[in-house]
Amino acid sequence: MKLKKLTRDIDFMDKVEELSGQSLNSCIRCGTCAAGCPFVEDMEILPERVFKYITLGEFEKVLEHNTMWICAACYTCSVRCPRDIDIAKIMEAVRQVILRANIDMVDVDEVDNIEELPQLAVVGCFRKETG
Amino acid sequence: MKGHLYYPGCTMKTKASDYETSAMKVMEKLGQPLVEMEDWYCCGAVQSLTEDDIMHQIAPIRTMCCAQEQGEDEVVTLCDMCYNVLRQANDRMKDKEDDLETMNEFLDEDPDYEGGVEVYHLFHILKGMEDEIKDAVEMPLDDLVVAPYYGCMLLRPDNVAVDETEDPEIMEDMLELLGVKVLENPKRTECCGSYHTVNRSDIVEKRVEDIVSYAVEEGAEAIVLSCPLCQFNLDFHQRATDFDVPIFYITELMALAFGLDIDMKNHKIDPRSLLKEKGILE
Amino acid sequence: MTPDKAEDEGNEDVEMVEIFVMGKRYRVPKGLTIMTALEYAGYKFTRGCGCRGGFCGACSTVFRTEDEYKLKMDLACQTAVEDGMFLVQLPFMPAVRAMYDIEEVEPEEHDNILLDHYPEIARCVSCNTCTKACPQDIEVMDYVQAALRGDVERCADLSFDCIQCGLCSIRCPADIKHYHMAQMARRITGRYIHEHSDELEKRVQEIKNGEYDETMKEMVEMEIDKLKKTYEERDIREEG
Repeated sequence: MKLKKLTRDIDFMDKVEELSGQSLNSCIRCGTCAAGCPFVEDMEILPERVFKYITLGEFEKVLEHNTMWICAACYTCSVRCPRDIDIAKIMEAVRQVILRANIDMVDVDEVDNIEELPQLAVVGCFRKETG
Repeated sequence: MKGHLYYPGCTMKTKASDYETSAMKVMEKLGQPLVEMEDWYCCGAVQSLTEDDIMHQIAPIRTMCCAQEQGEDEVVTLCDMCYNVLRQANDRMKDKEDDLETMNEFLDEDPDYEGGVEVYHLFHILKGMEDEIKDAVEMPLDDLVVAPYYGCMLLRPDNVAVDETEDPEIMEDMLELLGVKVLENPKRTECCGSYHTVNRSDIVEKRVEDIVSYAVEEGAEAIVLSCPLCQFNLDFHQRATDFDVPIFYITELMALAFGLDIDMKNHKIDPRSLLKEKGILE
Repeated sequence: MTPDKAEDEGNEDVEMVEIFVMGKRYRVPKGLTIMTALEYAGYKFTRGCGCRGGFCGACSTVFRTEDEYKLKMDLACQTAVEDGMFLVQLPFMPAVRAMYDIEEVEPEEHDNILLDHYPEIARCVSCNTCTKACPQDIEVMDYVQAALRGDVERCADLSFDCIQCGLCSIRCPADIKHYHMAQMARRITGRYIHEHSDELEKRVQEIKNGEYDETMKEMVEMEIDKLKKTYEERDIREEG
């Protein structure tokens, strides 16, 4: 229900550009971001594909894939983009659009062995994956 | 105040206590002690990157207010992630006056945060202290071969980097002062997996295999770093690999070279056997 | 809105103020607490009322005054009514407690027992909404931060005056259950961290053995003047 509302009512490109302060149309699909991303193997679709879907108005395709949740905000893409796009900010904006619709990606009560983990990891994970 | 105002961060008090205790001893020996802030708040670990988010900047700015209240204009962190968040939040407030105004109105602190505090990482401090470090070395660790590992938060984004983003040398330079043989580590600036260790440890395991295998192939006997989360990931998740490489905080090696006694009690891969083999520990 | 002066019993002038209880308007004498004002207005408390002394945390109230935009929270028995006050009472704060047996918990086995039972404390953004809501002036945000750091004792120390009213948890953006978490910290500190008093255990055993039964009986049956005199002349021994 919430996901349906997400895809029906909002102009995602506007929202993502507003939250990230980046212009999605600057992307030239060169693939430098994917080439440097340490997590790209676990992403179902590449970052540039995510941006393409958003610019085409196909946000539901973005929602069907895990790319933004595999991103660890390591900023490698942002520092290497030849068009100076801050890609990490765009990924964050995509995550936030979803989280702000009150959709959490992790249940804080379902974390196994939370005490084994350093607080950095727990706090960081909850920041990026809960609203 | 003699020394530096020190911001620990939550992890430093539990899982990363080895880093804190060794750093305290090292900085004391170097004549620039770390003095913990009277009040501080969890920085949030990761910077919130949306343009409109003020809420997640509250905690770092509260910490800046605490520093301001103590009459200090600089804060030093040991933790890479804390450095990154505090620095990015602080810079943002300095750049965007409107955001700072909104923040100050919300915080209701007296006086307002004026943007006058700077955030530094330990490496910023150590960089200017080559002579002092050389003088403090009592036992050069010249039989030890290490691969330095930077991770992400010290070097990215560009504006917070403590050294060249793609080709840093700061850790290599410091390690050479300790007599250590430093290798070229091809994966030294690649992310360890960060907070994915919470519920996607499979991703972290892949990263650890990648990073450690390259280091070992170059001949590394140990990996050295400065981030508690990287240390946890590379140390704890090595069990999913065939490797057994100790992961040191740089201040632990410094302490050993300075002849100081340290605990090293949170390591999952026990570094003592390697250190004994090298004659660094008895 | 100016308060009327109305005649009350004994023909005295009493200054009245206007308050709104769940939207309905009432005129009540100035100087009453929210609790007594509600009773003056004709309400009878069947819940959300307890010690009337600011100690039990039952009468949590949320209110706004006409001239201020801020949403305030306090105890009904401790807060005076103000002209133009809009209020509502909260009989209960929904917050499920973590289940644990204090006798079976092993704090030494835990690196961060509070985080383990209340993982949402990692979501704290240090907004301070909790501290502002606390009627006991407790530094709530600071004790949550202490808990996140693994410092159970400091969390217990800072939260000592907590009366479990629940106002801290209502607007927390991270959905933290501050007062339940702090209670766990205090219980663990008392049970495992603080030194046990051997003298206390000894005394409790003496009482159980009936060693004080006779003296108690005597005191209970004593006349009040004699009781006062006995108290004043009691034998105070020096320590050591």
